[in-house]
Amino acid sequence: MSPIITAIVVISALTGGLTILLLIAEFFFANYGEVTVDVNAGEKTLKVKGGANLLSTLASQKLFLPSGCGGRGSCGTCKCRVVDGGGPLLPTETPYLSDEERKTSVRLACQIKVKNDIKIQVPEELLSIKEFETVIEKITDFTHDIKGIRFKLPEGETIKFKAGQFANLFSKPYDEVREETSRAYSISSAPKDNKAIELIIRYVPNGMVTTYVFKHLKEGDKVKLIGPFGEFFLRDTDREIVCIAGGSGLAPIRSIILDMIDRGISNRKATFFFGAVTKKDLYYVEEFKEIEKNHPWFRFVPALSRDDSDHPYSKGLITDVVASNYSDLKNMEAYLCGSPGMIDACEKVLTSKGMPKTQIFYDKFS
Amino acid sequence: MDIQSIHPLVIFFAAITTNNILLTNFLGMCSFLAVSKDLKSSLGLGVAVIFVSTFTAPLNWLVYHKLLVPYGLEYLQYIAFIIVIAAFVQIIEMIIERVSTLLYLTLGIFLPLITVNCAIFGCVLFLVIRQYTFMQSIAYGLGAGTGWALAIAALAGIRTRMEKKSKVIAELEGPGIALVITGIMAMAFIGFSGIVKIN
Repeated sequence: MSPIITAIVVISALTGGLTILLLIAEFFFANYGEVTVDVNAGEKTLKVKGGANLLSTLASQKLFLPSGCGGRGSCGTCKCRVVDGGGPLLPTETPYLSDEERKTSVRLACQIKVKNDIKIQVPEELLSIKEFETVIEKITDFTHDIKGIRFKLPEGETIKFKAGQFANLFSKPYDEVREETSRAYSISSAPKDNKAIELIIRYVPNGMVTTYVFKHLKEGDKVKLIGPFGEFFLRDTDREIVCIAGGSGLAPIRSIILDMIDRGISNRKATFFFGAVTKKDLYYVEEFKEIEKNHPWFRFVPALSRDDSDHPYSKGLITDVVASNYSDLKNMEAYLCGSPGMIDACEKVLTSKGMPKTQIFYDKFS
Repeated sequence: MDIQSIHPLVIFFAAITTNNILLTNFLGMCSFLAVSKDLKSSLGLGVAVIFVSTFTAPLNWLVYHKLLVPYGLEYLQYIAFIIVIAAFVQIIEMIIERVSTLLYLTLGIFLPLITVNCAIFGCVLFLVIRQYTFMQSIAYGLGAGTGWALAIAALAGIRTRMEKKSKVIAELEGPGIALVITGIMAMAFIGFSGIVKIN
Protein backbone atom coordinates (compact mmCIF):
# COMPACT_ATOMS: atom_id res chain seq x y z
CA MET A 1 0.00 0.00 0.00
CA SER A 2 1.26 3.44 -0.77
CA PRO A 3 2.35 5.40 2.32
CA ILE A 4 -0.20 8.12 1.63
CA ILE A 5 -3.09 5.70 1.70
CA THR A 6 -1.70 3.99 4.83
CA ALA A 7 -1.50 7.37 6.54
CA ILE A 8 -5.04 8.29 5.61
CA VAL A 9 -6.40 4.90 6.67
CA VAL A 10 -4.58 4.87 9.99
CA ILE A 11 -5.49 8.43 10.94
CA SER A 12 -9.09 7.91 9.84
CA ALA A 13 -9.26 4.72 11.87
CA LEU A 14 -7.87 6.54 14.90
CA THR A 15 -10.24 9.53 14.64
CA GLY A 16 -13.16 7.28 13.71
CA GLY A 17 -12.49 5.05 16.70
CA LEU A 18 -12.27 8.02 19.03
CA THR A 19 -15.44 9.53 17.57
CA ILE A 20 -17.32 6.30 18.18
CA LEU A 21 -15.95 6.26 21.72
CA LEU A 22 -17.11 9.83 22.23
CA LEU A 23 -20.56 9.06 20.86
CA ILE A 24 -20.86 6.03 23.13
CA ALA A 25 -19.73 8.12 26.09
CA GLU A 26 -22.19 10.83 25.18
CA PHE A 27 -24.98 8.30 24.94
CA PHE A 28 -24.21 6.88 28.36
CA PHE A 29 -23.07 9.92 30.27
CA ALA A 30 -24.53 13.03 28.65
CA ASN A 31 -27.95 11.56 28.02
CA TYR A 32 -30.23 12.87 30.70
CA GLY A 33 -33.47 11.74 29.10
CA GLU A 34 -36.63 13.78 29.22
CA VAL A 35 -36.86 16.23 32.10
CA THR A 36 -39.53 18.63 33.27
CA VAL A 37 -39.03 22.35 33.65
CA ASP A 38 -41.56 23.89 35.96
CA VAL A 39 -41.99 27.62 35.38
CA ASN A 40 -43.47 29.88 38.08
CA ALA A 41 -44.86 27.10 40.29
CA GLY A 42 -46.89 25.21 37.76
CA GLU A 43 -47.92 28.11 35.56
CA LYS A 44 -46.14 26.46 32.68
CA THR A 45 -44.67 22.97 32.50
CA LEU A 46 -42.19 22.18 29.79
CA LYS A 47 -41.09 18.69 28.82
CA VAL A 48 -37.61 18.98 27.39
CA LYS A 49 -34.56 16.90 26.47
CA GLY A 50 -31.99 17.20 29.25
CA GLY A 51 -28.30 17.96 28.79
CA ALA A 52 -28.34 21.46 27.33
CA ASN A 53 -28.08 24.69 29.29
CA LEU A 54 -31.18 26.28 30.75
CA LEU A 55 -31.11 29.36 28.52
CA SER A 56 -31.14 27.43 25.25
CA THR A 57 -33.51 24.81 26.63
CA LEU A 58 -36.00 27.55 27.46
CA ALA A 59 -35.44 29.25 24.09
CA SER A 60 -36.21 25.99 22.30
CA GLN A 61 -39.56 26.11 24.10
CA LYS A 62 -40.08 29.72 22.98
CA LEU A 63 -39.47 31.11 26.43
CA PHE A 64 -36.88 33.80 25.94
CA LEU A 65 -34.82 35.12 28.81
CA PRO A 66 -32.99 38.34 27.99
CA SER A 67 -29.45 37.60 26.86
CA GLY A 68 -26.88 40.03 25.55
CA CYS A 69 -23.93 37.75 24.87
CA GLY A 70 -25.83 34.76 23.49
CA GLY A 71 -25.02 32.39 26.34
CA ARG A 72 -21.27 32.81 26.77
CA GLY A 73 -21.61 33.91 30.38
CA SER A 74 -20.13 37.33 29.80
CA CYS A 75 -23.07 39.71 30.19
CA GLY A 76 -25.03 38.38 33.15
CA THR A 77 -28.47 39.34 31.88
CA CYS A 78 -30.06 35.88 31.68
CA LYS A 79 -30.68 35.72 35.42
CA CYS A 80 -33.57 33.73 36.77
CA ARG A 81 -34.49 32.14 40.07
CA VAL A 82 -33.89 28.42 40.24
CA VAL A 83 -36.00 27.15 43.08
CA ASP A 84 -35.06 23.51 42.81
CA GLY A 85 -32.76 21.28 40.77
CA GLY A 86 -30.14 23.78 39.63
CA GLY A 87 -27.18 22.19 41.38
CA PRO A 88 -24.48 24.16 43.21
CA LEU A 89 -23.39 27.64 42.21
CA LEU A 90 -20.72 27.51 39.46
CA PRO A 91 -17.55 29.62 39.50
CA THR A 92 -18.59 31.00 36.10
CA GLU A 93 -21.69 32.54 37.65
CA THR A 94 -20.34 34.11 40.82
CA PRO A 95 -18.95 37.32 39.26
CA TYR A 96 -22.43 38.30 38.09
CA LEU A 97 -24.43 37.60 41.23
CA SER A 98 -24.78 39.84 44.27
CA ASP A 99 -24.96 38.43 47.78
CA GLU A 100 -28.66 39.17 47.81
CA GLU A 101 -29.15 37.25 44.56
CA ARG A 102 -27.12 34.29 45.81
CA LYS A 103 -29.32 34.06 48.88
CA THR A 104 -32.49 34.04 46.80
CA SER A 105 -31.00 31.37 44.48
CA VAL A 106 -30.76 33.58 41.42
CA ARG A 107 -28.66 31.90 38.74
CA LEU A 108 -27.35 32.52 35.25
CA ALA A 109 -29.51 30.48 32.92
CA CYS A 110 -26.77 30.10 30.31
CA GLN A 111 -24.40 28.38 32.76
CA ILE A 112 -26.54 25.76 34.45
CA LYS A 113 -27.27 22.52 32.69
CA VAL A 114 -30.69 20.97 32.77
CA LYS A 115 -29.86 17.48 34.04
CA ASN A 116 -32.91 16.68 36.11
CA ASP A 117 -36.35 18.09 36.83
CA ILE A 118 -35.94 21.74 37.60
CA LYS A 119 -38.18 24.42 39.07
CA ILE A 120 -37.59 28.01 38.03
CA GLN A 121 -39.17 31.39 38.52
CA VAL A 122 -39.05 34.06 35.86
CA PRO A 123 -40.64 37.50 35.86
CA GLU A 124 -44.29 37.28 34.86
CA GLU A 125 -43.78 39.45 31.79
CA LEU A 126 -41.20 37.04 30.33
CA LEU A 127 -43.98 34.56 29.76
CA SER A 128 -45.48 37.07 27.39
CA ILE A 129 -42.28 37.19 25.31
CA LYS A 130 -43.05 35.61 22.00
CA GLU A 131 -41.63 35.22 18.54
CA PHE A 132 -43.67 36.91 15.83
CA GLU A 133 -43.51 36.43 12.08
CA THR A 134 -44.63 39.93 11.15
CA VAL A 135 -45.43 41.69 7.89
CA ILE A 136 -44.25 45.25 7.31
CA GLU A 137 -47.33 47.40 7.05
CA LYS A 138 -45.77 50.81 6.65
CA ILE A 139 -42.38 52.48 6.47
CA THR A 140 -42.20 56.21 7.21
CA ASP A 141 -39.14 58.39 6.65
CA PHE A 142 -38.97 60.65 9.69
CA THR A 143 -35.60 62.31 9.05
CA HIS A 144 -32.66 61.63 6.75
CA ASP A 145 -31.49 58.80 9.02
CA ILE A 146 -34.52 57.80 11.07
CA LYS A 147 -37.34 55.58 9.87
CA GLY A 148 -40.51 54.47 11.59
CA ILE A 149 -41.69 50.97 10.75
CA ARG A 150 -45.03 49.40 11.56
CA PHE A 151 -45.06 45.61 11.81
CA LYS A 152 -48.36 43.78 11.58
CA LEU A 153 -48.57 40.68 13.76
CA PRO A 154 -49.96 37.47 12.29
CA GLU A 155 -53.73 37.22 12.15
CA GLY A 156 -55.23 36.53 15.59
CA GLU A 157 -52.01 37.17 17.56
CA THR A 158 -51.53 39.99 20.02
CA ILE A 159 -48.54 41.34 21.93
CA LYS A 160 -48.67 42.31 25.59
CA PHE A 161 -45.99 44.79 26.61
CA LYS A 162 -45.32 47.67 28.95
CA ALA A 163 -44.86 51.04 27.29
CA GLY A 164 -41.10 51.68 27.11
CA GLN A 165 -39.99 48.11 26.44
CA PHE A 166 -38.13 46.94 23.35
CA ALA A 167 -38.25 44.12 20.82
CA ASN A 168 -35.50 42.33 18.90
CA LEU A 169 -35.65 42.66 15.13
CA PHE A 170 -34.01 39.92 13.06
CA SER A 171 -32.39 40.68 9.72
CA LYS A 172 -32.29 38.00 7.05
CA PRO A 173 -29.00 37.24 5.26
CA TYR A 174 -28.20 39.92 2.66
CA ASP A 175 -25.22 40.84 0.48
CA GLU A 176 -22.11 39.61 2.30
CA VAL A 177 -23.90 39.10 5.61
CA ARG A 178 -24.59 35.37 5.69
CA GLU A 179 -26.20 35.06 9.08
CA GLU A 180 -29.41 36.10 10.68
CA THR A 181 -28.61 38.91 13.12
CA SER A 182 -30.74 40.67 15.68
CA ARG A 183 -30.73 44.09 17.33
CA ALA A 184 -32.99 45.63 19.94
CA TYR A 185 -35.27 48.56 19.11
CA SER A 186 -37.69 50.35 21.38
CA ILE A 187 -41.38 50.03 20.68
CA SER A 188 -42.94 53.41 19.87
CA SER A 189 -46.57 52.36 19.59
CA ALA A 190 -49.04 52.14 22.46
CA PRO A 191 -49.64 48.84 24.27
CA LYS A 192 -53.33 49.17 23.48
CA ASP A 193 -52.49 48.94 19.79
CA ASN A 194 -51.67 45.26 20.29
CA LYS A 195 -52.15 43.76 16.84
CA ALA A 196 -49.08 45.55 15.50
CA ILE A 197 -45.98 47.22 16.82
CA GLU A 198 -44.03 50.21 15.64
CA LEU A 199 -40.27 50.64 15.96
CA ILE A 200 -38.17 53.72 15.32
CA ILE A 201 -34.84 52.89 13.78
CA ARG A 202 -31.88 55.16 13.25
CA TYR A 203 -29.37 54.26 10.58
CA VAL A 204 -26.00 53.19 11.95
CA PRO A 205 -23.25 53.33 9.30
CA ASN A 206 -22.23 49.73 8.56
CA GLY A 207 -24.72 48.49 11.18
CA MET A 208 -25.69 44.93 10.27
CA VAL A 209 -29.39 45.24 10.99
CA THR A 210 -29.93 48.93 10.25
CA THR A 211 -28.30 48.51 6.83
CA TYR A 212 -30.73 45.68 6.19
CA VAL A 213 -33.63 47.85 7.30
CA PHE A 214 -32.59 50.91 5.31
CA LYS A 215 -31.35 49.22 2.14
CA HIS A 216 -33.44 46.08 1.82
CA LEU A 217 -36.73 46.21 3.68
CA LYS A 218 -39.92 47.07 1.78
CA GLU A 219 -43.52 47.27 2.78
CA GLY A 220 -45.08 43.81 2.63
CA ASP A 221 -41.83 42.01 3.58
CA LYS A 222 -41.88 39.37 6.29
CA VAL A 223 -39.67 39.97 9.34
CA LYS A 224 -39.09 38.08 12.57
CA LEU A 225 -39.48 39.91 15.88
CA ILE A 226 -39.03 38.65 19.44
CA GLY A 227 -40.23 40.61 22.39
CA PRO A 228 -41.06 42.46 24.50
CA PHE A 229 -38.01 42.88 26.76
CA GLY A 230 -36.65 45.49 29.11
CA GLU A 231 -36.92 47.19 32.44
CA PHE A 232 -37.58 50.65 31.04
CA PHE A 233 -41.24 51.46 31.64
CA LEU A 234 -43.40 53.93 33.58
CA ARG A 235 -43.25 53.30 37.34
CA ASP A 236 -46.51 53.27 39.25
CA THR A 237 -46.18 56.42 41.41
CA ASP A 238 -47.78 59.85 41.68
CA ARG A 239 -44.62 61.81 40.88
CA GLU A 240 -44.36 64.38 38.14
CA ILE A 241 -42.56 63.01 35.10
CA VAL A 242 -39.59 64.41 33.19
CA CYS A 243 -38.93 62.63 29.90
CA ILE A 244 -35.75 63.37 27.96
CA ALA A 245 -34.87 61.83 24.61
CA GLY A 246 -32.67 62.36 21.62
CA GLY A 247 -32.90 60.93 18.09
CA SER A 248 -34.61 57.54 17.97
CA GLY A 249 -34.87 57.66 21.77
CA LEU A 250 -38.24 59.25 21.19
CA ALA A 251 -39.74 55.80 20.61
CA PRO A 252 -40.26 54.51 24.17
CA ILE A 253 -41.28 57.98 25.41
CA ARG A 254 -43.98 58.17 22.75
CA SER A 255 -45.23 54.77 23.82
CA ILE A 256 -45.29 55.86 27.47
CA ILE A 257 -47.22 59.08 26.74
CA LEU A 258 -49.74 57.31 24.48
CA ASP A 259 -50.18 54.67 27.17
CA MET A 260 -50.85 57.34 29.81
CA ILE A 261 -53.58 58.75 27.60
CA ASP A 262 -55.08 55.29 27.00
CA ARG A 263 -55.03 54.47 30.70
CA GLY A 264 -56.47 57.86 31.63
CA ILE A 265 -53.56 58.86 33.88
CA SER A 266 -54.10 62.61 34.20
CA ASN A 267 -53.04 63.25 37.79
CA ARG A 268 -49.34 63.22 36.88
CA LYS A 269 -47.75 66.10 35.04
CA ALA A 270 -45.38 65.06 32.27
CA THR A 271 -42.89 67.09 30.27
CA PHE A 272 -41.11 65.67 27.27
CA PHE A 273 -37.81 67.29 26.32
CA PHE A 274 -36.80 66.20 22.84
CA GLY A 275 -33.27 67.13 21.87
CA ALA A 276 -32.13 67.48 18.28
CA VAL A 277 -29.40 69.31 16.39
CA THR A 278 -31.39 71.16 13.75
CA LYS A 279 -35.00 71.51 12.69
CA LYS A 280 -34.70 68.72 10.13
CA ASP A 281 -33.88 66.23 12.93
CA LEU A 282 -37.28 66.72 14.56
CA TYR A 283 -40.21 64.41 13.92
CA TYR A 284 -43.59 63.59 15.46
CA VAL A 285 -43.75 67.29 16.43
CA GLU A 286 -47.32 67.70 15.13
CA GLU A 287 -48.51 64.68 17.07
CA PHE A 288 -46.99 65.81 20.37
CA LYS A 289 -48.29 69.39 19.87
CA GLU A 290 -51.74 67.87 19.38
CA ILE A 291 -51.42 65.84 22.59
CA GLU A 292 -50.27 68.97 24.42
CA LYS A 293 -53.38 70.80 23.22
CA ASN A 294 -55.79 68.05 24.31
CA HIS A 295 -54.16 67.03 27.59
CA PRO A 296 -53.29 69.79 30.03
CA TRP A 297 -50.97 67.53 32.04
CA PHE A 298 -48.58 67.13 29.10
CA ARG A 299 -45.95 69.59 27.87
CA PHE A 300 -43.72 69.10 24.83
CA VAL A 301 -40.39 70.91 24.67
CA PRO A 302 -38.29 70.29 21.56
CA ALA A 303 -34.81 71.80 21.82
CA LEU A 304 -32.36 72.45 19.00
CA SER A 305 -28.69 72.63 19.86
CA ARG A 306 -27.28 74.02 16.61
CA ASP A 307 -29.97 75.75 14.57
CA ASP A 308 -29.66 79.50 14.20
CA SER A 309 -32.61 79.77 11.82
CA ASP A 310 -35.88 81.19 12.97
CA HIS A 311 -37.81 78.54 14.88
CA PRO A 312 -40.29 78.38 17.74
CA TYR A 313 -38.33 75.77 19.72
CA SER A 314 -35.97 76.05 22.67
CA LYS A 315 -32.36 76.75 21.82
CA GLY A 316 -29.33 75.08 23.32
CA LEU A 317 -28.18 71.71 24.58
CA ILE A 318 -30.93 69.50 25.98
CA THR A 319 -29.22 69.44 29.38
CA ASP A 320 -29.25 73.25 29.61
CA VAL A 321 -32.88 73.44 28.50
CA VAL A 322 -33.89 70.88 31.15
CA ALA A 323 -31.89 72.70 33.82
CA SER A 324 -33.46 76.06 33.02
CA ASN A 325 -36.96 74.58 33.38
CA TYR A 326 -36.67 73.30 36.92
CA SER A 327 -35.30 74.44 40.25
CA ASP A 328 -36.00 71.46 42.46
CA LEU A 329 -36.46 67.94 41.09
CA LYS A 330 -36.57 66.07 44.39
CA ASN A 331 -40.12 64.84 43.96
CA MET A 332 -40.04 64.09 40.28
CA GLU A 333 -39.21 61.04 38.22
CA ALA A 334 -37.12 61.03 35.04
CA TYR A 335 -37.22 58.74 32.00
CA LEU A 336 -34.21 59.11 29.73
CA CYS A 337 -33.62 57.53 26.38
CA GLY A 338 -30.85 58.12 23.88
CA SER A 339 -27.08 57.85 23.47
CA PRO A 340 -25.00 56.95 26.55
CA GLY A 341 -23.32 60.38 26.38
CA MET A 342 -26.63 62.21 26.48
CA ILE A 343 -27.95 60.06 29.32
CA ASP A 344 -24.86 60.51 31.48
CA ALA A 345 -24.96 64.28 30.97
CA CYS A 346 -28.69 64.42 31.79
CA GLU A 347 -28.26 62.25 34.86
CA LYS A 348 -25.65 64.71 36.15
CA VAL A 349 -28.00 67.69 35.64
CA LEU A 350 -30.95 65.89 37.24
CA THR A 351 -29.03 64.80 40.33
CA SER A 352 -27.54 68.28 40.71
CA LYS A 353 -31.12 69.58 40.92
CA GLY A 354 -31.85 67.19 43.77
CA MET A 355 -33.34 64.18 41.97
CA PRO A 356 -32.37 60.92 43.73
CA LYS A 357 -30.70 58.37 41.43
CA THR A 358 -33.40 55.84 42.28
CA GLN A 359 -35.95 58.06 40.53
CA ILE A 360 -34.00 58.18 37.27
CA PHE A 361 -34.78 55.44 34.75
CA TYR A 362 -33.02 55.15 31.44
CA ASP A 363 -32.51 53.11 28.31
CA LYS A 364 -29.05 53.61 26.84
CA PHE A 365 -28.84 53.12 23.10
CA SER A 366 -25.39 51.81 22.35
CA MET B 1 23.52 4.28 30.29
CA ASP B 2 20.64 2.52 28.61
CA ILE B 3 17.54 4.62 29.12
CA GLN B 4 15.16 1.67 29.22
CA SER B 5 16.91 0.24 32.26
CA ILE B 6 16.12 3.24 34.46
CA HIS B 7 13.62 2.29 37.11
CA PRO B 8 10.20 4.00 36.60
CA LEU B 9 10.37 5.35 40.14
CA VAL B 10 13.56 7.21 39.29
CA ILE B 11 11.90 8.69 36.24
CA PHE B 12 8.96 9.73 38.40
CA PHE B 13 11.15 11.67 40.83
CA ALA B 14 13.32 13.10 38.10
CA ALA B 15 10.23 14.40 36.32
CA ILE B 16 9.26 16.27 39.45
CA THR B 17 12.67 17.69 40.29
CA THR B 18 15.56 17.77 37.81
CA ASN B 19 13.35 17.58 34.75
CA ASN B 20 10.38 19.56 35.99
CA ILE B 21 8.44 20.20 32.82
CA LEU B 22 7.53 23.73 33.85
CA LEU B 23 10.69 24.96 35.47
CA THR B 24 13.24 23.34 33.16
CA ASN B 25 11.31 23.31 29.90
CA PHE B 26 8.96 26.24 30.54
CA LEU B 27 5.98 24.35 29.14
CA GLY B 28 2.39 25.09 30.09
CA MET B 29 3.15 28.72 30.80
CA CYS B 30 -0.17 30.27 29.76
CA SER B 31 -2.38 28.52 32.29
CA PHE B 32 0.52 28.60 34.76
CA LEU B 33 0.50 32.41 34.70
CA ALA B 34 -3.26 32.84 34.36
CA VAL B 35 -4.52 30.51 37.08
CA SER B 36 -1.81 31.02 39.69
CA LYS B 37 -3.51 33.95 41.43
CA ASP B 38 -4.95 31.88 44.25
CA LEU B 39 -3.96 28.59 45.77
CA LYS B 40 -7.34 26.89 45.53
CA SER B 41 -7.87 27.12 41.81
CA SER B 42 -4.20 26.48 41.06
CA LEU B 43 -4.43 23.24 43.04
CA GLY B 44 -7.57 22.32 41.09
CA LEU B 45 -5.78 22.91 37.82
CA GLY B 46 -2.70 21.10 39.11
CA VAL B 47 -4.68 17.99 40.02
CA ALA B 48 -6.40 18.10 36.63
CA VAL B 49 -3.01 18.23 34.89
CA ILE B 50 -1.71 15.31 36.96
CA PHE B 51 -4.78 13.32 36.06
CA VAL B 52 -4.68 14.05 32.34
CA SER B 53 -0.93 13.64 31.90
CA THR B 54 -0.89 10.35 33.83
CA PHE B 55 -3.50 8.87 31.52
CA THR B 56 -2.60 10.43 28.20
CA ALA B 57 1.10 9.51 28.50
CA PRO B 58 0.56 5.71 28.39
CA LEU B 59 -2.37 6.12 26.01
CA ASN B 60 -0.25 7.98 23.54
CA TRP B 61 2.60 5.54 24.13
CA LEU B 62 0.26 2.82 22.90
CA VAL B 63 -0.87 4.91 19.93
CA TYR B 64 2.72 5.65 18.97
CA HIS B 65 4.29 2.22 19.45
CA LYS B 66 1.37 0.01 18.49
CA LEU B 67 -0.19 2.08 15.70
CA LEU B 68 2.13 4.69 14.25
CA VAL B 69 5.48 2.83 14.40
CA PRO B 70 4.24 -0.42 12.81
CA TYR B 71 2.89 1.53 9.83
CA GLY B 72 5.87 3.86 9.65
CA LEU B 73 3.73 6.91 10.34
CA GLU B 74 5.87 8.52 13.05
CA TYR B 75 5.61 11.85 11.23
CA LEU B 76 1.89 11.97 12.05
CA GLN B 77 2.53 11.81 15.79
CA TYR B 78 1.59 15.45 16.45
CA ILE B 79 -1.88 15.10 14.95
CA ALA B 80 -2.47 11.72 16.55
CA PHE B 81 -1.40 12.86 20.01
CA ILE B 82 -3.56 15.98 19.92
CA ILE B 83 -6.63 14.03 18.83
CA VAL B 84 -6.12 11.44 21.55
CA ILE B 85 -5.64 14.08 24.26
CA ALA B 86 -8.69 16.07 23.13
CA ALA B 87 -10.95 13.04 22.96
CA PHE B 88 -9.74 11.75 26.31
CA VAL B 89 -10.38 15.08 28.01
CA GLN B 90 -13.85 15.30 26.47
CA ILE B 91 -14.84 11.86 27.67
CA ILE B 92 -13.45 12.43 31.16
CA GLU B 93 -15.30 15.73 31.41
CA MET B 94 -18.57 14.05 30.48
CA ILE B 95 -18.06 11.28 33.01
CA ILE B 96 -17.08 13.64 35.83
CA GLU B 97 -20.04 15.90 35.17
CA ARG B 98 -22.35 12.93 35.37
CA VAL B 99 -20.81 11.21 38.34
CA SER B 100 -20.04 13.96 40.81
CA THR B 101 -20.99 17.61 40.77
CA LEU B 102 -18.47 18.38 43.48
CA LEU B 103 -15.65 16.82 41.52
CA TYR B 104 -16.85 18.64 38.42
CA LEU B 105 -16.68 21.96 40.24
CA THR B 106 -13.18 21.42 41.57
CA LEU B 107 -11.65 19.54 38.64
CA GLY B 108 -14.02 19.44 35.69
CA ILE B 109 -14.09 23.11 34.84
CA PHE B 110 -10.32 23.06 34.31
CA LEU B 111 -10.36 20.13 31.91
CA PRO B 112 -11.13 22.11 28.74
CA LEU B 113 -8.19 24.37 29.62
CA ILE B 114 -5.89 21.39 29.66
CA THR B 115 -6.79 20.09 26.21
CA VAL B 116 -4.62 22.81 24.76
CA ASN B 117 -1.99 22.78 27.49
CA CYS B 118 1.49 22.41 26.03
CA ALA B 119 2.78 20.73 29.20
CA ILE B 120 0.58 17.71 28.44
CA PHE B 121 1.65 17.64 24.83
CA GLY B 122 5.30 18.22 25.71
CA CYS B 123 5.18 15.37 28.19
CA VAL B 124 3.94 13.03 25.46
CA LEU B 125 6.60 14.18 23.00
CA PHE B 126 9.39 13.72 25.56
CA LEU B 127 8.40 10.16 26.29
CA VAL B 128 8.63 9.42 22.59
CA ILE B 129 11.96 11.20 22.09
CA ARG B 130 13.48 9.59 25.18
CA GLN B 131 12.16 6.17 24.10
CA TYR B 132 10.58 5.28 27.43
CA THR B 133 8.97 1.91 27.97
CA PHE B 134 5.27 1.65 28.77
CA MET B 135 5.83 1.52 32.52
CA GLN B 136 8.32 4.37 32.34
CA SER B 137 5.85 6.53 30.47
CA ILE B 138 3.19 6.03 33.14
CA ALA B 139 5.74 7.10 35.76
CA TYR B 140 6.85 10.00 33.61
CA GLY B 141 3.27 11.19 33.00
CA LEU B 142 2.51 11.06 36.70
CA GLY B 143 5.79 12.75 37.57
CA ALA B 144 5.52 15.50 34.95
CA GLY B 145 1.98 16.31 36.10
CA THR B 146 2.99 16.31 39.75
CA GLY B 147 5.96 18.54 39.00
CA TRP B 148 3.75 20.98 37.12
CA ALA B 149 1.18 21.00 39.94
CA LEU B 150 3.92 21.56 42.49
CA ALA B 151 5.30 24.50 40.55
CA ILE B 152 1.93 26.20 40.05
CA ALA B 153 0.99 25.67 43.70
CA ALA B 154 4.32 27.17 44.79
CA LEU B 155 3.87 30.17 42.52
CA ALA B 156 0.28 30.67 43.71
CA GLY B 157 1.45 30.55 47.29
CA ILE B 158 4.13 33.15 46.64
CA ARG B 159 1.76 35.37 44.68
CA THR B 160 -0.94 35.37 47.38
CA ARG B 161 1.64 36.23 50.02
CA MET B 162 3.13 38.92 47.87
CA GLU B 163 -0.22 40.49 47.19
CA LYS B 164 -0.73 41.00 50.90
CA LYS B 165 2.69 42.22 51.87
CA SER B 166 4.84 43.54 49.09
CA LYS B 167 4.46 46.44 46.73
CA VAL B 168 5.21 45.60 43.13
CA ILE B 169 5.97 48.43 40.74
CA ALA B 170 3.11 48.98 38.32
CA GLU B 171 5.10 47.89 35.25
CA LEU B 172 5.77 44.46 36.73
CA GLU B 173 2.36 43.69 38.18
CA GLY B 174 0.63 40.43 37.24
CA PRO B 175 2.38 38.23 34.66
CA GLY B 176 5.57 40.31 34.82
CA ILE B 177 6.42 39.60 38.41
CA ALA B 178 5.08 36.05 38.04
CA LEU B 179 7.66 35.44 35.29
CA VAL B 180 10.44 36.86 37.47
CA ILE B 181 9.40 34.56 40.32
CA THR B 182 9.26 31.63 37.92
CA GLY B 183 12.78 32.38 36.80
CA ILE B 184 14.08 32.39 40.36
CA MET B 185 12.16 29.19 41.10
CA ALA B 186 13.69 27.59 38.02
CA MET B 187 17.18 28.54 39.20
CA ALA B 188 16.40 27.02 42.58
CA PHE B 189 15.37 23.80 40.87
CA ILE B 190 18.76 23.64 39.14
CA GLY B 191 19.96 22.78 42.62
CA PHE B 192 18.42 19.34 42.10
CA SER B 193 20.51 18.58 39.02
CA GLY B 194 23.01 15.82 39.46
CA ILE B 195 20.73 13.82 41.74
CA VAL B 196 19.17 11.88 38.89
CA LYS B 197 19.52 12.05 35.14
CA ILE B 198 16.95 10.74 32.70
CA ASN B 199 17.83 12.21 29.34
